[in-house]
Amino acid sequence: MTVIGWIQILLFCAIILAITPVLGAYMTRVFSGQRTFLSPILRPVELTLYWAGGVEEKSEQGWLRYTVGMLLFHVGGFVILYALLRLQGVLPFNPAGQSAVAPDLSFNTAISFITNTNWQNYGGETTMSYLVQMLALTQQNFLSAATGIVLAMVLIRGFARASARTIGNFWVDVTRCTLYVLLPVCVPLALFLVWQGMPQTLGPYIDATTLEGVKQTIAVGPVASQVAIKMLGTNGGGFFNTNAAHPFENPTALSNFLQIIAIFAIGAALTNVFGRMVGNQRQGWVLLAAMGVLFIAGILVTYWAEANGTNTLNALGLTGGNMEGKEVRFGIVASALFAVITTAASCGAVNAMHDSLTALGGMIPLINMQLGEVIVGGVGAGLYGMLLFVIITVFVAGLMVGRTPEYIGKKIEAKEVKMAMLAILVLPLMYLGWTAVAAVNPQALPQLGNAGPHGFSEMLYLYTSSTANNGSAFGGITANTLFFNITGAVAMFIGRFWVIIPAMAIAGTLAAKKSVPPSLGTFPTTGSLFVGLLVGVILIVGGLTFFPALALGPLVEQFAMTAGAVF
Amino acid sequence: METSKLRKRMPVNTLLDPSVVIPAIGQAFVKLNPRTLAKNPVMFVLEMVTLLTTVLLVRDLMTTGQAILFEFQIVVWLWFTVLFANFAEAVAEGRGKAQADALRKTRTETRAKRILSPDNYELYEGVSAEDLETGDLVVCTAGDIIPGDGDVIEGIASVNEAAITGESAPVIRESGGDRSAVTGGTTVISDRIIVRITSSPGSSFLDRMIKLVEGAERQKTPNEIALNILLVGLTIIFVFATATIPSYAAYAGGAVSVVVLVALFVTLIPTTIGALLSAIGIAGMDRLVRFNVLATSGRAVEAAGDVDTLLLDKTGTVTFGNRQATEIIVVPGVGEREAAEAALLASDADETAEGRSIIAMVQEKYDVRRQAASANARFIEFSAMTRLSGVDIGDRKLRKGAVDSVLNFAREQAGQDVAEPPAFRAAVDKIARSGGTPLGLVQNGRLLGVIHLKDVVKPDVKERFAALRRMGIKTVMITGDNPVTAAAIASEAGVDDFIAQATPEDKLRYIRSEQSHGRLIAMAGDGTNDAPALAQADVGVTMQSGTQAAREAGNMVDLDSNPTKLIEIVEIGKQLLMTRGALTTFSIANDVAKYFAIIPAMFVAFYPQLQVLNIMHLSTPQSAILSAIIFNALIIIALIPLALKGVKYRPIGAAALLRRNLLIYGIGGIILPFVGIKAIDLAVTGLHLA
Repeated sequence: MTVIGWIQILLFCAIILAITPVLGAYMTRVFSGQRTFLSPILRPVELTLYWAGGVEEKSEQGWLRYTVGMLLFHVGGFVILYALLRLQGVLPFNPAGQSAVAPDLSFNTAISFITNTNWQNYGGETTMSYLVQMLALTQQNFLSAATGIVLAMVLIRGFARASARTIGNFWVDVTRCTLYVLLPVCVPLALFLVWQGMPQTLGPYIDATTLEGVKQTIAVGPVASQVAIKMLGTNGGGFFNTNAAHPFENPTALSNFLQIIAIFAIGAALTNVFGRMVGNQRQGWVLLAAMGVLFIAGILVTYWAEANGTNTLNALGLTGGNMEGKEVRFGIVASALFAVITTAASCGAVNAMHDSLTALGGMIPLINMQLGEVIVGGVGAGLYGMLLFVIITVFVAGLMVGRTPEYIGKKIEAKEVKMAMLAILVLPLMYLGWTAVAAVNPQALPQLGNAGPHGFSEMLYLYTSSTANNGSAFGGITANTLFFNITGAVAMFIGRFWVIIPAMAIAGTLAAKKSVPPSLGTFPTTGSLFVGLLVGVILIVGGLTFFPALALGPLVEQFAMTAGAVF
Repeated sequence: METSKLRKRMPVNTLLDPSVVIPAIGQAFVKLNPRTLAKNPVMFVLEMVTLLTTVLLVRDLMTTGQAILFEFQIVVWLWFTVLFANFAEAVAEGRGKAQADALRKTRTETRAKRILSPDNYELYEGVSAEDLETGDLVVCTAGDIIPGDGDVIEGIASVNEAAITGESAPVIRESGGDRSAVTGGTTVISDRIIVRITSSPGSSFLDRMIKLVEGAERQKTPNEIALNILLVGLTIIFVFATATIPSYAAYAGGAVSVVVLVALFVTLIPTTIGALLSAIGIAGMDRLVRFNVLATSGRAVEAAGDVDTLLLDKTGTVTFGNRQATEIIVVPGVGEREAAEAALLASDADETAEGRSIIAMVQEKYDVRRQAASANARFIEFSAMTRLSGVDIGDRKLRKGAVDSVLNFAREQAGQDVAEPPAFRAAVDKIARSGGTPLGLVQNGRLLGVIHLKDVVKPDVKERFAALRRMGIKTVMITGDNPVTAAAIASEAGVDDFIAQATPEDKLRYIRSEQSHGRLIAMAGDGTNDAPALAQADVGVTMQSGTQAAREAGNMVDLDSNPTKLIEIVEIGKQLLMTRGALTTFSIANDVAKYFAIIPAMFVAFYPQLQVLNIMHLSTPQSAILSAIIFNALIIIALIPLALKGVKYRPIGAAALLRRNLLIYGIGGIILPFVGIKAIDLAVTGLHLA
C-alpha cells in the first residue's frame, strides 16, 4: 500500500462528494419538470417525442400503471434485442462478418442488457457486429439505465408526496432522464475518451503485421460512444472481451479515473436528489454516508489483500503484491479501486481479472454484490435497494423509540414491510439457490476454471453477479453453455424485476399516505447513529445470510492460502 | 413519571407466582398442538423441524445401534425451545386469567325484573339476565344487581360499582345528563331506577372485560402483523441459507447431517422474539388492566404509543375542579385583617367549594379564627338573581359576589352613587387579566376589597407536560373559559395549546385538522357531547362515570375516571412497542455469534482450515452446536420477565432513547451470546455431554 495509492482513493472520494450536490440539484430540476440550462435545445426534441409517442406530458400515472408501462417497455426492448442478435448475419454494419448469435446466448444477452446487467457470455469483438453493438446494446445501455433512475425517482416521490394517488409518468420520466441527464453527460464524456485514444469508427478491423511477422487483426469500432454510457449507466458491458483492461477501451490512467468516477456519479447524486425532494438534504447525505462506510471498508480490505499478495507468490520472490490478472498500466491500487467500485455500483465493467484477485480481495466484490448493491449501487437500483434496507432498519429499530416506525414522515406498516421483505428475500434465493443447483450439476462442474473452493467461488460469483445485475465475472468459468445461459438469465430477470415491482408498490402506498410531521418522539434518521444502525442492519440482515457460502469459498481459500495450499 | 400514585386494583402477581407458573407448565404442553402454534409462524416452523429431527432420531435409533447421544440432546433441546416459547405465552395468559377469575366471582346468577309494557313501569316479570335483549326495560330497586349494561331512563339511585372499578364508595346514577350509564354486575344500594338495556347477552361490559384480560379475544395488532411479516421473511431467508448447504458441502466432498442443519436453522431464525411476541402483547393489555383501564382492542393500545397530541379537559385534569381563593386585595384604608374577618363571616355558611376555599384561605393566610356564629346572624344564600351571598349581623351587612352586583349593593346601601375606588377597579382588572375570577367584598356601603378566586393548577402537571413534550407529545387544554382566562391557565400549566370556549364542534374540528396533518390524537371525555370527538380521536378514553354514548364512542374506558391517566396510557403503548422492537433487535443481533459457533463446527470436518473461524474456541464441533442450541432455548426463559414487565420507557427524547436501547439490545445482543455460548460450552464439556 503506497501513499500514491491512498491519494488516488481519497481523490476519488473527494470528487464524488463534490459532484453529488451539483448533479443532485440538476437532476432534481429535471425530474420536477423545471427548466434547465439545456431546455432551449432539448425542449423541442422532448415535445416532438411526446407528440410522436402520443404521450400526455401532464397526465400522471398510479404506481401500477407506471409499472405496467415500464414492463411493456422492457418486453419491447427484449424483442428488439433478441431479433437483432439472431438476425445479425443479414443486417448491415457488419464489416467483420459476424454470424447470427446462438438462441440460448441471444436469450441470455437480451435479458442481460434489458436488466442493466451486461453479463457477457461472449467476446464482443468476436461475436457482435457494429449494428448490434450500437442499436441493440448501446441503446439498451441508455434505456435500462434510464429505467433504473426513474424507478428510484418514483420511490423518492413516494416519500416526498403525501396523500397522492399518482407517482409520475413513466414515458415522460424516461424521456427526460435520457435527454437531460444521460445524453448531455455521455456526449462530452465520449469525446473526451476519443481524445484519450479510444476508437470511434464504423470502419473494419485493421490487419497488422507484428515485428515477428505474424498477422494480427486489431479490432476497432464505435467504442467511445458505448463506453461512455456503459460507465455512466452502470451497465458495464464491454465492447471488447477484456472490457476496460483493453487498451482501446481504457487507453490511459486518466480515462481509467474518469470511468470510475462516471460509475458512481449518478448513483451518488441520486442520494442528494432524494434529500432535496423530501425537503432535507441531510437525509440524502446520511444514505451516502452509510454507503461510504461500507465502500471504504471494502476498499481497505481489497487494497490490503492485493498489495500484500500471497505467501506462495512471495515465496517465489514475486513480492510487491498480487499482479496476476492485472494490467501493468493500472497497477494494484487502480485495479483494486476499480474492482470495488464496479461491484459496489452495479456496473460490472472490469479493468483486471477478478478471478485472479486474492481470496479476500475477491471476496469484497462478492460481498458488495450480495449486500444487494446498495453501496451507491446501479443507477437508481442502488438507491431503491438502499431504501428497502432503510425500511427494514427503521422498522426493526424504530419500534425501540416506542412509536410505529416512520421514515421521512411516512409510517412504515405491514404493507411496506411485506414488500421490502419480498424484494430482499429473493436475492439469497437466486444467489444461493442457483449456486446450490450448479454445485451438484454434473454438466456445470466441468465448466469451472478451478477446483476446490475457488471453483465454488466462480459459480457463486456468477449467480451473485447475475442476480445483482452486475455483470462482472470470475472469468475462469466457461459460462456460455445452455445451463448457465438459461439459469443466469433467470437470475438476472428475477433479480431485477422481483425487486422493482415490490419497490414500486411501496412507492404507491407511501405516496398515498399522510405525512407525519417530525417531533421529539420521532425516530431520528439524520445522524451518525442512524448511519451506524443502517450499516449494521445491512451487514446482519443482508450479509450474514451469505456467511456459509463465503466460508466455503473465499474464506477457506484464504485460510488455506495462508497455510501455503492452493487449489 | 410517578405511576405508583395510581391505585392498582388488581393484585400484581410476582413472576414466580406458583398459581400462575404451575398451570403454565401444563399449558406449554397443550399448546404443542400444531393448530394452536400455526398462529405463530416462526414457532410453527420450529415445531415442524423439531418433529422432523425427532423422526430421524427414532429412525437412527432403530437402524443403527450407535451412540447418538449428541443427536438426542439436540432434539431434546429443540423440544425445550418450543416448550419454553409456549410457556412464555402461557404465563402471560395465566396472569390475565387470574384477574378474569376474580372478575367472574363477582358475577352471580342475576335475575332481572323486565317491564312488560313501556306504558306501565309497575308491571314486570322475573327473567334471567341471560335472556335480556337490547332495548328491554328493567326495574332495579335497592339491593338488586343491575342485570346488564344500559341507560337510566327514569329515576335516580346510588350504585355500588365495586365489582367493576374496585371502588366501594357508591356513585349516583340518574336519568338524563352525563351520569345515566349503568354497568351490568353493579349493585343498586338505594332508590329505584328504570334501565334500558343496551348490551346483548354475552357482550356486556363485564363479559368483554373478562374476555379481554383472559386474552381470549386477542387479535393481532397492525404492528404485530407487520412484525410477524418481517419474522416470516427472515425465516424464509434462513431456509435458503441452510437448505443450500448440503449441496455446497457435497461439492466440497463433505456432508452435513440434517440434525446439524436444523440446529443452524433454528438458531438463526428469530425464535427469541417469535417465542415472546404474543406474551408481549398479552402483557401490554394486562398492564393497562392493572391501571384500571380497559381497551376495546390492542390496536388502541398501540395507537396510544403513537399519539402526537393529547386533548385534555381543563377541569379535573389540568386544574382542580373548583376555583379556589388565593388572596384578598384590599382597598386603601381598609385593614387586611378587617377584610379577612369580613370575608370569613360572609362565607361562614357558604357550603360551596368556593366559599369553603375562602374560609380555608383566610384562616391559613391571615390567621383569623373562625368563631361560632352569633345568634342574630342571618345568612343570605347565593342566588342567580342577586349573584351575592353573605350575612346580616344586626346592621352589619356583609356581602361577597360578582363585582357588578357588589357595586350595586354598595350603591343601594349608601343610598347614593358610591365612587368606586381606583384601587378596587385596578385589582379587579388585574385578577381578570391573570385568568382569575374577582369576587367583590362589601360591608354596607363600603367596598372592602377583592377576593382573588383562581383556578388552581394541579401541582405536578407542569412537570408531566414537560415530560410529554420531551416525548414529542403536544398537550392541548380544552376549556369553556374565555380566551384570556384560558391563556393564563395554559401558560401556568405549561400546555402547548388551548381551545377556549370550546363547543363539541370545536373539539371535533380541532381533532380533524390535527389528523389531516398526519397526527394521532388522544382525548379523554365523559359527557354525551364528547362522544363525536371521542369517536373521531385515535385514542378515546372514556371515564367509567361517563354516559353510555361516550363509552361506546371511545376505545378505552378508565375505571377510575381519572383523565390524567391518558399519560400513563401513552406510556404503556410506547412500552409495548419498545419491548417488541428491543427483543426483535436482540434476536437478530444474536445471529452473529451463532454463525461463528456453528459454521466452523459444521464444515471443519472437510475444511479443517475453517477452525480459524471458531473464535470462541469452543471445544468440539458437537459441543459448539449443542451450546448454541441450548443458549437459544435458555435465552427465551431468561427474557420472559422482560417480555412481561416491558422495556422501561423514559421520556428522554427519541434520539437518546434509541441510543440507549441500541446499546443494550443491539450491541448487547451481539456480545451476550458470545459469552453465553462459551459459558455453556464449558459446562457441556465439563459434564462430558459432547
